[in-house]
Amino acid sequence: MPRLIKNGAIVEDHGPEVLDLEQWLEREDRGNRAVVLEPGESLAPLLEHIDEIPLVLVNFPTFMDGRGFSYARELRERGYKGELRAVGHFIRDQLTYLSRCGFDAFQFEDETELEAALPSLADFSEYYQASINQPQPLFRRRDA
Amino acid sequence: MYVYDEYDQKIVDERVAQFRDQTRRYLDGQITEQEFLPLRLQNGLYVQRLAPMLRVAVPYGLLNSRQLRKVAQLSRDYDKGYVHISTRQNIQFNWPQLAEVPDLLAELASVEMHAIQTSGNCIRNTTTDQFAGVAVDELEDPRPWCEIIRQWSTLHPEFAFLPRKFKIAVCGSEEDRAAIYAHDIGLELVRNEAGSTGFKVMVGGGLGRTPVIGAEICPFLETQHLLTYLEAILRVYNQHGRRDNKYKARIKILVKAMGVEAFRAAVEREWAPIKDGASTLTDAEIERARSFFTSPDYRELDARAAAAALAEKTSADPIFANWVTRNTVEHRVAGYRIVNISLKATGFAPGDISDAQLELLADLADRYSFGEVRSTHQQNLVLADVEQETLYELWQVLQKAGLATANIGYLTDMICCPGGDFCSLANAKSIPVAEAIQARFNDMDYVYDLGPLELNISGCMNACGHHHIGHIGVLGVDKKGQEFYQVSLGGSQGKDASIGKILGPSFKQDDMPDVLEKLLSTFVDLRQEDEAFIDTYRRVGIDPFKERVYA
Repeated sequence: MPRLIKNGAIVEDHGPEVLDLEQWLEREDRGNRAVVLEPGESLAPLLEHIDEIPLVLVNFPTFMDGRGFSYARELRERGYKGELRAVGHFIRDQLTYLSRCGFDAFQFEDETELEAALPSLADFSEYYQASINQPQPLFRRRDA
Repeated sequence: MYVYDEYDQKIVDERVAQFRDQTRRYLDGQITEQEFLPLRLQNGLYVQRLAPMLRVAVPYGLLNSRQLRKVAQLSRDYDKGYVHISTRQNIQFNWPQLAEVPDLLAELASVEMHAIQTSGNCIRNTTTDQFAGVAVDELEDPRPWCEIIRQWSTLHPEFAFLPRKFKIAVCGSEEDRAAIYAHDIGLELVRNEAGSTGFKVMVGGGLGRTPVIGAEICPFLETQHLLTYLEAILRVYNQHGRRDNKYKARIKILVKAMGVEAFRAAVEREWAPIKDGASTLTDAEIERARSFFTSPDYRELDARAAAAALAEKTSADPIFANWVTRNTVEHRVAGYRIVNISLKATGFAPGDISDAQLELLADLADRYSFGEVRSTHQQNLVLADVEQETLYELWQVLQKAGLATANIGYLTDMICCPGGDFCSLANAKSIPVAEAIQARFNDMDYVYDLGPLELNISGCMNACGHHHIGHIGVLGVDKKGQEFYQVSLGGSQGKDASIGKILGPSFKQDDMPDVLEKLLSTFVDLRQEDEAFIDTYRRVGIDPFKERVYA
């Protein structure tokens, strides 16, 4: 069982079987299946099942590839409510950005780092932009 | 000028704390070199030839006297007592120690400064006209918009790992002094037929290895949609920009590959769902941003009396008169002038300024210009609001401090990157070339006679010295381990922006003053009356220059 950070805590993963996009597209019951997205793949087919999919993983082949940030934000903006998990080679210093884009689970390549990584989720307590965990930009909250 | 509230301060303070922890972990061996690289870059820290270089953000070129004094103090405490003004209007320290950088950043935060996103594959410091708010040809002050963009782009969660760096510039005046056609996004404030202001949006301009003039993708964007539209452009770029080759990763390559029409359509598709969303600017926010850039407390001056008083001084002192002509610019308010401070004195690296000069300028800013100074992308400084009546005493002080070189806009006011003396990316040194040219052309009467002339020098392809858009551009190249210099002609940075054309085979460093001399004598022979170099070049083309230089 892989260990990961989920909703701010370290947990063991008991999640469903995960399919790659090609496998996922072949399944009749794909709406109820977990899928992993690679950078460059289209998330359009996922949008059709956005209310049903239980788990979407977004892979970071390297932490410098920022496409996954946009995937997360777009899925959340389109109404995806299920688990959104970052996998692959991202780094703990990206956790605030990742969570602000809508990721709520983080599966690091190196599981021994989890305890140390946890505080990075709280590197920032205030932000300028609208984001998934703070839908109002600062300029709409300043006077509130 | 913008003033931080508790939110702004908190964000900058938390960033310092984050970087302090990252630096500690790196020095403890808990972060790899490769992982630390983007973290330090996004905090302005390069590792250079001899020491790290720290690039501090000067948002759209505005500084107050308190900040100048702090920079001066930091340059003494952490560096060698001088700093460099970059072509993104930023301030660079050349020799800080990595372990001390978090402390340096904390000190900067105490005067509302930071080094966030001054490097790395993210949205960089937004730049604008150094005469914003005081220029006579201004349609609208661009600074409130720059500040709105600064806040939106600072620590934007989605766009911190773009394919490549991303630069935005805003222009609000007739003449483009912000090089908006040479930016990833250029924004020009324009007025529509109904009389309301909006933005003309250019995308895909840029210098570097493949210089491109930006293409218009929106003729009139209503101001409230600024951020959602920028967000849509960035999303298209983040998803589709090339990541396989860093030399083809800028947005200009994507726009070329897709074609402007297809790119525009992709932006519109991304924009539709977020347009009118929470990031749509409110009137209250636009007003709040504007409230920081209102006119200072100008005195009501008798323009005629001020002009007469100035004329008396200029007729008595021709050196002062010359400085007024060359280095000061008309101000929109009667009785005031804009004063350019040239950082291009012969014998000094272009754009460098010492701690003592910084402190002096802070004092002068307090005394003569409402406590503010601006940095320019031509690597000079500006006192924007000086009463004509005080010009003479100001000039006397500047002259004693070596800050009254009267060459703004002329040959010796060249743009020059730090080059191979400092920068590890450089193929060649640039400062010695600049110095040799300054030394050769020390006859100011000749220099003035040449008229407005932009000489831009870069030590490598990355084009920090903007060589592509110099009337004369010089690029350092490496030929089998030897430093050579390629010359281009006909570049221009205005609204009629153009990319310079390469003259021919490159030259040795020692030959550069001679090459310049031949180019300039060709120009003098061919020019009609008082024609500027760029106009003569556009009329006669490159061939006569080529013939003379390679004869």
